[in-house]
Amino acid sequence: MADLSVDFAGIKSPNPFWLASAPPTNMGSMVERAFDAGWGGAVWKTLGEPIRNVCSRLAAVDYGPQRMMGLNNIELITDRPLEVNLREVREVKRKYPKHAVIVSLMVESRREAWHEIVKRAEDTGCDGFELNFGCPHGMSERGMGAAMGQVPDYTCMVTEWVKEAATIPVIVKLTPNVTSINPPARAAVRGGADALSLINTINSVMGVNLDTLVPHPNVNGMAAHGGYCGPAVKPIALNMVSELARDPEVTVPISGIGGISTWRDAAEFLALGSTTVQVCTAVMHYGYRIVEDLIDGLSNYLDDKGFKSVNELIGASTPRVTDWGNLDLNYKTVARIDHAKCIQCNLCHIACEDGAHQCIPLVQLEAGRYPVVDEHECVGCNLCYLVCPVPGCISMVRLDDGTQPLTWRELTSRQPQTMTAD
Amino acid sequence: MSSEYRTPLAPEEIERNFREIAPPLTDAEALFEANRCVYCFDAPCTRACPTHIDVPAFIKKIASGNLTGSARVIFDANPIGATCARVCPVDVLCEGACVENTLMQRPIEIGRLQRYATDYAVRTGREVLKAGAPNGKSVGVVGSGPAGLSCATYLARLGYDVTVYERKALPGGLDTYGMAEYKMTQRVSAEEARQVERLGVKFRLDTEIGKEVTVEELESRHDGVFLGVGLGETGRLNIPGEGLEGVYDALYVIERIKSRRWETVPVGRTVAVIGAGNTAIDAVTQARRLGAERVLLVYRRGQAEMPAYEYEYELAKQDAVEFLWHTAPVEIIADGSGERVASLRCVRTEPGEPDASGRRAPRVVEGSEFRIDVDTVIKATGQQKMREFFANIPGVETDKAGRVVVEPETMRTGNPKFFAGGDCVNGGREAVDASQMGKLAAQGIHLALTGERVEFAGARVPLTEETQNVNAH
Repeated sequence: MADLSVDFAGIKSPNPFWLASAPPTNMGSMVERAFDAGWGGAVWKTLGEPIRNVCSRLAAVDYGPQRMMGLNNIELITDRPLEVNLREVREVKRKYPKHAVIVSLMVESRREAWHEIVKRAEDTGCDGFELNFGCPHGMSERGMGAAMGQVPDYTCMVTEWVKEAATIPVIVKLTPNVTSINPPARAAVRGGADALSLINTINSVMGVNLDTLVPHPNVNGMAAHGGYCGPAVKPIALNMVSELARDPEVTVPISGIGGISTWRDAAEFLALGSTTVQVCTAVMHYGYRIVEDLIDGLSNYLDDKGFKSVNELIGASTPRVTDWGNLDLNYKTVARIDHAKCIQCNLCHIACEDGAHQCIPLVQLEAGRYPVVDEHECVGCNLCYLVCPVPGCISMVRLDDGTQPLTWRELTSRQPQTMTAD
Repeated sequence: MSSEYRTPLAPEEIERNFREIAPPLTDAEALFEANRCVYCFDAPCTRACPTHIDVPAFIKKIASGNLTGSARVIFDANPIGATCARVCPVDVLCEGACVENTLMQRPIEIGRLQRYATDYAVRTGREVLKAGAPNGKSVGVVGSGPAGLSCATYLARLGYDVTVYERKALPGGLDTYGMAEYKMTQRVSAEEARQVERLGVKFRLDTEIGKEVTVEELESRHDGVFLGVGLGETGRLNIPGEGLEGVYDALYVIERIKSRRWETVPVGRTVAVIGAGNTAIDAVTQARRLGAERVLLVYRRGQAEMPAYEYEYELAKQDAVEFLWHTAPVEIIADGSGERVASLRCVRTEPGEPDASGRRAPRVVEGSEFRIDVDTVIKATGQQKMREFFANIPGVETDKAGRVVVEPETMRTGNPKFFAGGDCVNGGREAVDASQMGKLAAQGIHLALTGERVEFAGARVPLTEETQNVNAH
């Protein structure tokens, strides 16, 4: 049985699975149930001046018959009094000394406001803070949330303020609604952040009711943009995590957030450089119980791979992420179709005809009419492989022998000496 | 066996007739079906399952690619999960309860998904259950059918030294010798027994309690004993001609079929099966698949009172079995030699006064006698209880119907050292019911021998009030 415990910037957690700051961590009784179910840590729903929420706070995008592959919320931070929350945080930490209890904070942009809330919150005995610089709606208009995360100077400044008052680790949560994730991340690190968490939600409008012409979610006939999350955002989050994991100026651990539903998703975030992962949408969809397979699946995977500890997985794929210019132009693959498995749906043919390079004609073979890849024309783009509904029918086969790699950088370099491939 | 009638079917045709009625899911099917499950909370399928396997959990683990975990969830609650995946009456259990019945009139194929996961574990040799550290105590298990295998598994997981005594040559009980061959082969049951063996459980085959080992020896060797002896032979028809050649106990015929040595199975040109339970259905369908020209099911009550499941009845109809309802056999008549079955004399019946079970007892209709030419008669009227066996164990009591009386939660009999479960307690139900009783008995034995209460997965289903505050399994 592999060891799943992690040390995240000095915060100990029995496993890497945390709940993200959201409705599932709204109050103490919920966090306690979550810990009983097996979650290793929880980030409390953001504390600050209590707000008022609207009705109709969520909207979703379904994918065919699959519900909620993307979720959007226009909910704000906590609507519960600060003293109530703080009391519950203290109680939860007392009852669950070995679990990671993180308090998420968002107050107005004054040094004194941040100092005060930090001091009051530290009294609870919690393990760390998460600074919400990412809420993309409602709070950003008030100069908080994403307004902090989108301007690196503000990110740095407020992080510094918090670090002046805090004695426990400070995690800065980043917003993805930026041109590049690196500047705000580096700014947070410069400001003294002990760790980073990302991504917060993505600016989104979920759709329009074509009968009423009101966009979703409908609040008395009007709509506002909200924050997008769930399985749909995972690739965006993975990109940003991997960019920071390989950024030499980001020297702190990362908590990965964004569409984690299964143990595989979690393993991918860990491999690309996350030390912990945070989950929200999947819990809102199915309940705290999903943590059982997150733990079980990850454990079985680590055992199968011969890893003794989850730490052996963390960052294992980071060295394999590089700039496009360093990719090997001489790596050559072509698609190959196994006609024994082919069901003759012809999707590969039409995808290649209209969406790629017209390399898969339908050919009359002895056994029937089949798509056949023209390997001389095939550019190895993967499209047919991606659309084929039959597991294992199409494979991408390597043709070059790997002895003569060549990158774009090398190809266009004005220097006569070659750069080594990454 | 008749030397005149030979099935017109070639061996290849028989093999085809006996191919699996529910073939395994392909990888693509399994992924699709597993993702179609909505992953209910406090799922009706789990409640409907007699062993309360956490069905949504194992299905979601197939979807997430955690097949080892999926098999573990199944075997954790039901050590004969591979058998049950093939033979459970899912239409009236998990699949019958599935919410997708209402949503799309198509329940999730839970049985086949369960097979997919358990097949994976068997194929890859994954050990999903672990033996407990030895606790120095010993338990004897009599009978290696579903109840015995289940009880032995849970005891081994607690660290007991377990010996299973089985009077037949192969382990598995009716899982090995009685399940319709087109549902399950002997290989599956053998593999399940091997899984139990790998937990350190010892098997003594060809060993009958009362013969090779006495009850006293059993009692003195072990700290506790579990009785999973099942039921006995099929009851007698008590009509003349019962001893003729060509008259068989259904269990005997099915056992022969399961050896897959088709030439050893006694099936004639016209076969009459007496009875209308699930075993009778197994007998008529398999007789047709072996090539009998005409197969008749003879039942003294009507179709509405038929004990067999509806879907089994449908299967028999598809196999072109004829049904003689309200018909009772009164004499089996021999041929010229006086030794072989040649015809069956029957009477028509009609519902009479209610009997002890509350059902209206069949009453003979005067003057309704008729004869059918048959060359094989198969008795499938229900197995007798093993009254004599239990009479030899002091303190163990049986009820009026011959079923062993046990405490409902612990499966303890009137003799504090003896526990019982399965068909010998419930009168003859499904393998999955026996498996659950084996689990409860293991808990009961452990409580009796150590004072400690343990609760295995699926030992009980949470009360509705409790699901408000449920913890992870």
